Amino acid sequence: MTSQLAGGPLVQLTGVNKWFGELHVLQDVDLSIDRGEVVVVIGPSGSGKSTLCRTINRLESIQQGEIRIDGEKLPDEGKALARLRSDVGMVFQSFNLFAHKTILENVTLAPTRVRRQGKAQAEARARELLERVGVAQQADKYPAQLSGGQQQRVAIARALAMDPKVILFDEPTSALDPEMINEVLDVMTSLAREGMTMVVVTHEMGFARRAANRVVFMDGGRIVEAADPETFFTNPRSDRARDFLSKILNH
Amino acid sequence: MQFLSDNSDLLWSAFLTTLSLAVVSGLCALVLGTLLAGMRVSPVPPLRGLATFYVEVFRNTPLTVVFFFLAFGIVQIDLQFPSRFLTAVAALSLYTAAFVCEALRSGINSVPPGQAEAARALGLTFGQSLRQVVLPQAFRTVVPPLGNVWIALAKNTSIAAGFAVTDLTAALQRLANANADQLLAVFAAVVAGYLVITLPSAWLIRVVENRVAIVR
Repeated sequence: MTSQLAGGPLVQLTGVNKWFGELHVLQDVDLSIDRGEVVVVIGPSGSGKSTLCRTINRLESIQQGEIRIDGEKLPDEGKALARLRSDVGMVFQSFNLFAHKTILENVTLAPTRVRRQGKAQAEARARELLERVGVAQQADKYPAQLSGGQQQRVAIARALAMDPKVILFDEPTSALDPEMINEVLDVMTSLAREGMTMVVVTHEMGFARRAANRVVFMDGGRIVEAADPETFFTNPRSDRARDFLSKILNH
Repeated sequence: MQFLSDNSDLLWSAFLTTLSLAVVSGLCALVLGTLLAGMRVSPVPPLRGLATFYVEVFRNTPLTVVFFFLAFGIVQIDLQFPSRFLTAVAALSLYTAAFVCEALRSGINSVPPGQAEAARALGLTFGQSLRQVVLPQAFRTVVPPLGNVWIALAKNTSIAAGFAVTDLTAALQRLANANADQLLAVFAAVVAGYLVITLPSAWLIRVVENRVAIVR
C-alpha cells in the first residue's frame, strides 16, 4: 500500500477533447484525482458529465488529450485495455446486471474469468460483499427478481469484487424510485468513508455535501468550477454554477 | 404395403443419409455461423467486412449453384471433396451458416448494449464478453429463428439428390421410376421420412424456447 501511496494522481485527464459528430461534448478537460479522493461531478443534463465518466475506462473513446490511470496511459483496444479496465470499477445508471446469471454469478464472473480466482474463493468473497451491501439473502435469485435498489447494490458488490483502484458511478440513483435512493447512497457513503477512490456523476446534492472531497461542476462540455463541497454550495464562483444551484436547491 | 417392405432397405438407408446430412451440416453451420456472427459484431473492421461479404455471397446465391460449384467448379482449381456426401455437407454448411449468422446477429442486437458494456467495464475481453454474457442471452432469443433455419436445412438436403447422394429424394426418384403404379405409397413413405425429422424438431424448439426464456 505504501508504494501505491507514493505515486502521483490515480486518475489524470489532460487536455481531453471529444466530439460526437459536430457536437463538441468534452472541451479541454483537465482533471486529476488522488488516491482515496471522492469527486462528485454535477451539472445540467447534456453538460458532458456522463461522457467524462465513461471516458475514464474508455467506454467512450476520446479524440484528443490523454488519460492516465495510476500513471499508465489508457491503451486503445485489446487485452491491455481489458486489464486496465479490470482495475476500474463501474456502476451504471441502469445497473446492467447480467440478466441470465444469478446474483452470485454476477459477482463471481469477473473474478473467476479475469482474475483466474478459484470458484470457492470467488464465491466466499462474493457472499461477503453481498452481505456488506445488504443483499446476501438474494444470492441465488436472478436480477429481474430484485428491486432497483437491490440491483444497484449488487452492481456495487460486483465492482468491489475486482478490488478496483477506483470506482466510477454514472448517475447510480437516477433510475431508482425515491424510496430506494438512500439504500444505495448509504452504501456509497460508507465506501467513501473507507477510503475508496470514487468518481460520482449524480444529482444527489446531499450525497455531494456528505461524502465528496471535491465537487466538479460541468457545463457545455467544460469543467467550469471545482471546489470542496462547502465552498461550492455556499459560495460558488461562477454565474453558471450559481444559476444551476438556484434551480435545483430551491425546493 | 408389400411394396414398402420390399424396399425398406433402400428407404431406411436413404432416411439415414438425409438425417445425417441435416445433422452434420447443421452442426457445422452452427459453429461457422456463430464464428461469423462474432466477426460481424467485432470491433475489428476487416473482420466485420469479411463476414459481411461471406453472408451476402452465400445468402444471395441459390443453394443449387453452391452445390454445382463445390461438385464441379472447384475441379478447375484441382480440388475435390473425398466423397459426394462430404460435398453435400460442405455446400449445405456453407450456405446455412450465412442464415445462422444473421439469426444470431439479430439476437446479439436484441441484447441491451449495457450488458456488453458492463462486461467490458469489468475487464472481460471482447471474446469473453461475447461468450460469457452476450451470446448466452442472444441464443435464447434466437431459438425460434434458428429452428426455422434448421427446418429449412432439413428440407434443403433434398438438393443433394441431384448430385448423386442417395437421400430420401433420390430414393423417391428411383422408386417412382421403377414403380409408377405405386406412386402414392412412394410419396407417402418419403414425406413421412422428412416429417419424422422436422416435426419433432418443431416440438423440441418450442420446449427449448420455454426452458431458456429469461425474465427481464
